[in-house]
Amino acid sequence: MTTLAVSPLLSESVGDFTKPSIEYFDLSPLLIIIGVALAGVIVEAFVPRRLRYVVQTLVAVVGTIAALVMTVFVALGLEPRGDNAGFGAIAAEGAIAVDGPTVFLWGTILVLTLISVFLFAERHLEGGVTAFAGQAAALPGTEAEREASTKGLEHTEVFPLMMFAVAGMLLFPASNDLITMFVALEILSLPLYLLCGLARRRRLLSQEAALKYFMLGAFSSGFFLYGIALVYGYAGSMNLGDIAEAVSGTIGADPLLLGGIGLLAVGLLFKVGAAPFHAWTPDVYQGAPTAVTAFMAACTKVAAFGALLRLFYVGFGAARWDWTPMIWVVAILTMATGCVLALTQSDIKRMLAYSSIAHAGFILTGFVGLNAVATPGTAELTSLQAVLFYLVTYGFMTIGAFAVVTVVRDSSGEATHLSRWSGLGKESPFVAGVFAFFLLGMAGIPLTSGFTGKWAVFTSAWQGGAWPLVVVAALLSAVAAFFYIRVIVLMYFSDPVGEGPTVVMPSVLTTIVIAVGFAATVALGVVPGPVLDLAAHAGQFVR
Amino acid sequence: MAGSSTTLQTAYFGSYVPLLAIIVVGVLLVFAMFGGNALLRPSHATPEKLLTYECGVDPVGEGWAQTHVRYYVYAYLYVVFAVDAVFLFPWATVFAGLGWVSVAEMGVFIGFIAVGLVYAWRKGVLTWT
Repeated sequence: MTTLAVSPLLSESVGDFTKPSIEYFDLSPLLIIIGVALAGVIVEAFVPRRLRYVVQTLVAVVGTIAALVMTVFVALGLEPRGDNAGFGAIAAEGAIAVDGPTVFLWGTILVLTLISVFLFAERHLEGGVTAFAGQAAALPGTEAEREASTKGLEHTEVFPLMMFAVAGMLLFPASNDLITMFVALEILSLPLYLLCGLARRRRLLSQEAALKYFMLGAFSSGFFLYGIALVYGYAGSMNLGDIAEAVSGTIGADPLLLGGIGLLAVGLLFKVGAAPFHAWTPDVYQGAPTAVTAFMAACTKVAAFGALLRLFYVGFGAARWDWTPMIWVVAILTMATGCVLALTQSDIKRMLAYSSIAHAGFILTGFVGLNAVATPGTAELTSLQAVLFYLVTYGFMTIGAFAVVTVVRDSSGEATHLSRWSGLGKESPFVAGVFAFFLLGMAGIPLTSGFTGKWAVFTSAWQGGAWPLVVVAALLSAVAAFFYIRVIVLMYFSDPVGEGPTVVMPSVLTTIVIAVGFAATVALGVVPGPVLDLAAHAGQFVR
Repeated sequence: MAGSSTTLQTAYFGSYVPLLAIIVVGVLLVFAMFGGNALLRPSHATPEKLLTYECGVDPVGEGWAQTHVRYYVYAYLYVVFAVDAVFLFPWATVFAGLGWVSVAEMGVFIGFIAVGLVYAWRKGVLTWT
């Protein structure tokens, strides 16, 4: 009976079925990275242990470069949509938007990933092994752990894990419906939870960080999902374009929509590390292996801000007056929390974590700025352009600064306590100088990229009429400058404590990372024009 | 538009009123039954009545027992195949109309899953130690 009842339905559905079209070329950077991650898993399964490190590093580097090249081709092939409507198209049956901002963010994430791979592959600092646990399953302080370290075991799985995370990061800002966005959020988060717990030194701290990140991340995913449910109940669709249509057709406040916007914002602001959802950041940044912290601090923030911008500008653009006050409050809270609490930190990684919270606040300032479509040739900066530019400057400074943290060491590993950094300027003026430059960049001193980035977000916020926010942000920048400069004073004008810090000479890999971070910070500070133009050419999000 | 959206909302939340009523009635019913039971029954407590009921034999050991952790890997691998079936069956009903390209695409999908299984096999997960 049942089969008889079902089969007409079945044949009917076959008749209606149309083949989905997948734009393989437009999605090629994403597909390449997923392929590289899978290749990494195969390498892990079949290549002999002594060759794995070299093969994994090569696969990751070559794959990222290939994805980067394809991103350039995709960018060149983007079709204009006419009348300032941006470039690009919606791919994969409405699930993924490949447009100007997407391609810009893909390029940024992939370049930052490429230099993070070098940090992951650094073997010189730990005496011939990577900075990741030899055998993660061995309990800290047991015989099994000692055995693993005598054998020189390494977890080369970190490379495929990282590539899976990158795949999620590429999908996150490109997702054009809420379910794709949630899947991307999970793909980028799950490998990061694991990577955080894999430090070779201070393993208990590292495992604690991983657990905290996982628990809070799962909690925020719950908020995000419930937000999706409410917005779906309101708009009757997961697609951002349809949601935008439903939102612009509403007059007055709708509790379903407002609840949905609020809950989705919680989920995304958590990933961005904005107050009051920032509590995980210092613990996780401190406990995670420094290479992972650098990767996470730079790339996750770029991807999450991309997704935040797309969701709020495309999906909820018409409800702007409803969510702008909320972002104002969050931006001020975030900047204040980051700047004030960074003053009290005694650990360099925690201090950089609070500094990254403060930066999230500055980016949010730009987020509520001028929303108008950029007219090419005018001096006006749109929010999108300013935020995209700030993300580039922030990413390079952050990875560079954390790379310097990995080379300042004592007998127990990285010397992260601030007191160990006193007198570093006398011991090794070069490293101290580079680090001082990164700190000045983060503080936003002119002729560094931090200054141009801050100038861009403040200008767009000012033009958008958010001048009180700009005044608060400028005051808090001055507070932030104080704690950055405190570290510089400590390095140059204090005497070393005890035997003092030592700078271990890293291999060429970390040297490249520091050099690239330094060069980008100088270049974007002195000649910001090309990258700003590129951000301007990215145009608008398409829907 | 404003008016219609308010009525839509009333209808939307209004449809949950029966659900709320059922939950309230359900909770009250539980209290009523246990309450009535407690009032009517005789009460003769013996220590034997406090033991765990285990099919009529005396319980052995503690209630907190450890399960071997190796089972979870099998649970994972099972989930992998359960999920792949979810995608394979709908595809099987339409693939004739889609041609060989879709077979290749499905091959790629199965290949992804096979990579996970190959990894598990090479890491010695499938051998029972």
